Amino acid sequence: MKKIEYKDKGSILNPLKNLQFFARKPITEKLQPRPASASYRGFHINDMDKCIGCSSCQKICDNAAITMVEVPSIAEDASKGIRNLRPAIDYGRCCWCALCVDICPTSAIELSREYVHTCDGDETDSYFVFPQESGIHGLNFEKGWTKTKDSDLLDRERRPMQEMKPEDRIDNFDEIVDGFTMEMAVEEASRCVDCGLCEDACPAHMHAPNYIRSIYEGNLEQAVEWMYETNPFSHVCGRVCTHICESACSLGRVGEDGVKTSQPIAIRWLKRFAMDHVPKTKIKQIAKKGKATKKSGQRVAIIGAGPAGLTTAFDLVKKGHQVTVYEAQPKGGGMTRYGIPNYRLPEDRLDQDIEVIQSVGVDIQYNVRIGKDITMQQLQKDNDAVVLAIGLQNGRSTRIPGSENKNVKKAVDLLRMIPKGEEFEVPKSAVIIGGGNVAMDIARSLARLQKQKFGKVGITVSALETLGKNFLADDEEVKESKEEDITILDARGPVQCVIDKKGKLTGLETVKVVSIFDDKGRFAPKYDDSDKQFHEAEMVVEAIGQMADISVLGEELTEELEWNRGRIQVDENGSTSVEWLWSAGDMVNGPDVIHAVADGHRVATDIDKYLRKEKKS
Amino acid sequence: MRPENYQAVQLGDSNEYEIFIGPNHPGIEGNYAFRLLLDGDTIVKGTADAGYLHRGFEKLMEGRLWIQNLALVPRICVPDPAPMEVVYSMAVEEIMGIEAPRRAQWIRVMQLELSRVAAHLFTFGGHAATTGMYTPMFWGVADRDLVLDLFEEFTGGRVYSIYNIPGGVRRELPDGFLQKLSHLLDYLESRQNDYDNLLFTNQVFVKRAKNTGTLSKKDALELGVTGPNLRACGLEFDIRKNDPYLVYDELDFEIPTQQHGDAYSRILVRRDELFQSIKILRQVIEKLPSIDGPIRTTIPNPLSWNVKTGEAYARVESSKGELAYYVVSNGKDKPYRVHVRGPSSMHAVQTLEHLAKGARLEDVAQIMFSLDACPPEVDR
Repeated sequence: MKKIEYKDKGSILNPLKNLQFFARKPITEKLQPRPASASYRGFHINDMDKCIGCSSCQKICDNAAITMVEVPSIAEDASKGIRNLRPAIDYGRCCWCALCVDICPTSAIELSREYVHTCDGDETDSYFVFPQESGIHGLNFEKGWTKTKDSDLLDRERRPMQEMKPEDRIDNFDEIVDGFTMEMAVEEASRCVDCGLCEDACPAHMHAPNYIRSIYEGNLEQAVEWMYETNPFSHVCGRVCTHICESACSLGRVGEDGVKTSQPIAIRWLKRFAMDHVPKTKIKQIAKKGKATKKSGQRVAIIGAGPAGLTTAFDLVKKGHQVTVYEAQPKGGGMTRYGIPNYRLPEDRLDQDIEVIQSVGVDIQYNVRIGKDITMQQLQKDNDAVVLAIGLQNGRSTRIPGSENKNVKKAVDLLRMIPKGEEFEVPKSAVIIGGGNVAMDIARSLARLQKQKFGKVGITVSALETLGKNFLADDEEVKESKEEDITILDARGPVQCVIDKKGKLTGLETVKVVSIFDDKGRFAPKYDDSDKQFHEAEMVVEAIGQMADISVLGEELTEELEWNRGRIQVDENGSTSVEWLWSAGDMVNGPDVIHAVADGHRVATDIDKYLRKEKKS
Repeated sequence: MRPENYQAVQLGDSNEYEIFIGPNHPGIEGNYAFRLLLDGDTIVKGTADAGYLHRGFEKLMEGRLWIQNLALVPRICVPDPAPMEVVYSMAVEEIMGIEAPRRAQWIRVMQLELSRVAAHLFTFGGHAATTGMYTPMFWGVADRDLVLDLFEEFTGGRVYSIYNIPGGVRRELPDGFLQKLSHLLDYLESRQNDYDNLLFTNQVFVKRAKNTGTLSKKDALELGVTGPNLRACGLEFDIRKNDPYLVYDELDFEIPTQQHGDAYSRILVRRDELFQSIKILRQVIEKLPSIDGPIRTTIPNPLSWNVKTGEAYARVESSKGELAYYVVSNGKDKPYRVHVRGPSSMHAVQTLEHLAKGARLEDVAQIMFSLDACPPEVDR
């Protein structure tokens, strides 16, 4: 660099230096717009199919330029976490910072390289536009600023959950999952973008964003308060819920551009964390909140102390009615106690949920079987309304040859015996038919018993569905089963239970499955008969589904009720064709805790209306 | 003050009279007003009248998420926006106890120096125009545009980069960027002779600028002057050297100074600084490819991001002087308080008032431009 002296005096000839410019080529800038650079931040574009309407873009926008607008032509799907809201941009406010792009969980919204916009007169509101995939006014703008792995602002990795190692857990029924520590829970909760897709997806519409927020703020009691607004089975759901919320979570989506993996918020584990860390006495106080002080003087009987029955009871008691729950088993909880093994749901946690419900004023009569100890007619006479929430207690049979053998058992029957401590002969080897979570439960329970008794596991699970494609059980169940030395044979259909001449079961014969459903989507499995296999086993367990034990109803009532494909016909509020009878839970929806809880609320609301004579019958 | 509120000042038998420059005046940078009490052409007293660009940035920041402020801060100083986002990010990083990866630090240096180059080119033009020379103004603006082209290339935005976030920078440099930067530096160096001939040694300019708005070293220190304006008074103080941040301590560059403290000294300091910045950028081009690694450390989900309780004061040397952010967090998702210590309020208010006294009316615009104050940053 040439130094300029401060005292420099110019030469009189200096201006002549500028003559050189006559020899230079003039610089001419064209009037037409210059193409923008590859990562330019111009007008928005939005892939309407990728966009799920989570409104994260709206939340991060620092100028409130984004408004989520309902697009009725887009189909909503709460269970998949898709809303029909799409962002509309006010370009009078937008500052082109592209934070909306960097936060978008699905990489749907992006910026284009277009920066010139003119209004054509008849467009009255032309600075407030929908970003289409083809750009505003459908002009097919080229992509500019898109999300990269570096610019992605979301925290996409789930905090790891500590679990017992396979070798430590295989010979006992201790709970496998350790649960979050406070620090991990807060970190996990901080990942939430508060979109509320989980709340939409949850059958009971649990206020997940609110309790996640409370956990994030360290206010666990507040979190539990949010939970008890919609779910008195929060301990149970914090452990064994089918977590539809997590499938809908906007963080579980995989973006194509640069962002390869993304894990949903561990909503279920967060719920469990809050429930485990608030003392029981406090939870009891929280549960009592909002209880009516005035008694209505009306009585409701509920048959079955499972999640559906107890949720109905919980709600009705809080509304001032007198509720008695009749349970045939010695303890409450229904299938959550007599269907779910202890290593997934420890009994004391379930006991606590039930204790809290009882503390609100629900009276539970154990060891009372309706239809035997008390008739339905008697119940009707003594009460203003009756709820049938008996669940699905009977296992279905495959009805294949040999399935009537005494060593062919039903999964639900065995699962009921284990927590009660009832003795049965543990087989050295067993084959489970079925690929759902019940099949995994019985497989893993038997494996534990085998390990205790014989020191080794001999369990084979044979399922129609294919692993990684349409398998019914949760991925973690499959993973953990494999870790526990359980063999899973997928895409195999049962042919017969092989019985030897002495009438003793020797094993199960299976064939390869070609397809499960026919063209019209009906269940009609097709097999490849050339691929047969024999699996040696002392016991075959059928875990292919359950059905309700409707013997409680009695003949007269069975006749009176309307039925739909073997299930009691109910309306959207769980009301049956008989005025005083409602039905809820698994027997209506199929097996699932959270659906049962949701049902309980619906039925309770409807009964309350009925009892207050607000409902036209 | 609204025009209708001005009253004709009755000054008795004196020859003094009052006139206004600004808020809309070609001789004033941005929307800024100056009230002058004149005796003939000589200024008896100058009173700065700021506030036309007051947007309440510091208060606005208290109502926005930590990350949202990144889109807000560059707007505090339009000609030199990059230091704003860098220094804000540095302050937040300090509170959080994180550090930007080395590669990000080098990229930040590049961004800061490019911004300095763009700002100085702008000032050359502005200063020249106040002396009636419009060609250097066109040149300065046109050459600055080439720098903006590069900003567009790597940050996606021409003026407001919004490229930094606490923990690093948002995007990797595009392919072939450093080569483009190298070409630009070659071009700017080739322009040195043109600028020297037309502006820096042009007697039409030199004679106007010399001994205009002379500031003594003592007054400069008393008035809180920083940056090129201070160095033009002969004090070698530059935060890049005296309190190094990012990777400035690994870079080889000089701090240009002048001794006379007048408008001419100030523009010469800027001229020399521009070429020092080119020297730094050359080192970045050489070093950056060998620095691998991430450009960002992870930060929590910005929608639920509570920065832990604490406070930080981060400062950088912007093209105008010392730019600092004092950020206080009370552990919430938004700042509790952000204070911007911009260099311009010292320059445009007390220093300008000080220099105006005794100056001639025709030099007011030049004095203001030679101080390179930025009115939006005065008002904030």
